[in-house]
Amino acid sequence: MNYFWAFVVGGALCVIGQLLIDLTKLTPARILVLFVVSGLVLSAIGVWDKLADFAGAGATVPIMGFGHTLAQGVEEAIKQHGFVGIFTGGLTACSGGVSASLIFGFLAALITKSKSQS
Amino acid sequence: MDKKNYAEMVKRYSPNSKIFSNCLWAFFVGGTICLIGQILTTLYMKMHFTISDARLMTSVSLVGLSAIFTALGWYHKIAKRAGAGTLVPITGFANAVVSPAIEFKSEGYITGVASKMFIIAGPVIVYGTLASVIYGVIYWMSRRF
Amino acid sequence: MYIKYKNSPSITAWASVVGKKESEGPLAHLFDECSEDDYFSKDTWEKAETEMQTRCINHLLHKKGLSVNDINLFMGGDLCNQITSTAFSMRDFGFPFLGLYNACSTMAESMIIASCMVDAGYTDNAIALASSHFCTAERQYRTPLDYGGKRTPTAQWTVTGCGSVLVQSMGKTSFINSAQIGAVVDLGVTDTNNMGAAMAPAAADTIKKYLKNSNTKASDYDLIITGDLGEVGSALLKDLLLKENIVLDNHIDCGMVIYDEEQKVQSGASGCGCSASVIAAKFLPEFEKEKLNNILFIATGALLSPATSMQGESIPCIAHLVNIRSKKETKK
Repeated sequence: MNYFWAFVVGGALCVIGQLLIDLTKLTPARILVLFVVSGLVLSAIGVWDKLADFAGAGATVPIMGFGHTLAQGVEEAIKQHGFVGIFTGGLTACSGGVSASLIFGFLAALITKSKSQS
Repeated sequence: MDKKNYAEMVKRYSPNSKIFSNCLWAFFVGGTICLIGQILTTLYMKMHFTISDARLMTSVSLVGLSAIFTALGWYHKIAKRAGAGTLVPITGFANAVVSPAIEFKSEGYITGVASKMFIIAGPVIVYGTLASVIYGVIYWMSRRF
Repeated sequence: MYIKYKNSPSITAWASVVGKKESEGPLAHLFDECSEDDYFSKDTWEKAETEMQTRCINHLLHKKGLSVNDINLFMGGDLCNQITSTAFSMRDFGFPFLGLYNACSTMAESMIIASCMVDAGYTDNAIALASSHFCTAERQYRTPLDYGGKRTPTAQWTVTGCGSVLVQSMGKTSFINSAQIGAVVDLGVTDTNNMGAAMAPAAADTIKKYLKNSNTKASDYDLIITGDLGEVGSALLKDLLLKENIVLDNHIDCGMVIYDEEQKVQSGASGCGCSASVIAAKFLPEFEKEKLNNILFIATGALLSPATSMQGESIPCIAHLVNIRSKKETKK
């Protein structure tokens, strides 16, 4: 069942994104920002954990999961380190995904070059 | 012909996006990427990672897969149909980092690859971090009172 | 501004070179050279576009058996910032060079000025050229090539292509009879994925003024050829002109003929290489075969930059018109 809900919830979040593209003038970059910030808000008000509990990767793989990671990270850091956690929590928590993108981006640039489309 | 009348005319002649088929594509491709994510998470947990580490490893793996697809020139071919289905999952974030890195290689590794790498994905990090700091301040204050 | 050329200079040669996608389209057999490799054996897209131009110029010179030193004047441009593709191809030729930019209307602009120079007798030949490359345009105006995104149904596809013509004082056919230099028109379209809609009013404005100045009707011409309005822009142009009581039933758009249905280019093609290569490959040879006698060629351009559209500005557009005839107009 986990797999089923991961597929359905993940797909549904993408549909919301598609509707935003087709029905509003929002560009993809704006939609990504909107999704990350709303993921953070949903996490802060406690909705996200419930969603992640039954949808698993359906909630964590979409970019909203990035917002959740930021929120959770800042909470943890404040619990452990107090005030300084405000500054370190977010970026520390999402460092894995960002570093991976950066590393793979660099490696991809090393081995390949821009290709034409058709 | 004034601007208002012309805007109405343009609207009449411009075909709308095929919303239903776009959403269907987004649903199935986006759902599939999340399903792959769930399979990976399960696998990592069987390898005795904690749930949060398993999720992190899943993200890293999906980012890696996205980078490979982007480097091979497959990602934009899928995205041409999938739309938000490839934009919303973390693979879309990775594609947004990897594609400018490849594109601007011709302008050098410092002034091209590195400086243009976050040209699309940068705002996500900037506003994500800003939002986390704002939330952090609220959370910190709520714990004190 | 309306120009009636006194001596009707002639287009005596034309050449076109295109990239891979265009080679797979319905006009493939008409181009002088179709490259399977969009890099044109170079290592960057900018060098590729310069190489495409170089090959196009060489085809043109070869057709007339001319050498580089025979050319007195060259003008043209492309879509790259600071029109570098053209400037860089000039490095190897050493022609006296005027760099021109009016976005996708550059071909008509070049032809008008080249004809003025020849008509006035300052030179007996001049080359006019325009080119665009999908990859240089995409990375400059939109997103990296490997970035995944969906195109909206009104979007147009930038042509990888180059077209050039040789304008001479003496010729047998395809005489440049008159021209209309267009004015910038902006009816407030801000959607950069709907260039056809932005440019249609400029084309309508130029056509209307030309017909009035030349005292002719749209039906006097075999064909009225617009450059790069695409499906949406073409439909809008017809409607805009109908409101002015001008019926356009002999219209054809370069952006709608270079690709076919299966090539999935949404509203059609764009880029200054589109009108330039299509006029050179498809329409000018028809004068030689005596299938065309009198045409209007209207190239349209959207004069925006990524900065202006990010600042929320609407898109100022322009259209230039050239009237080409098979015979010199006899003086009344």
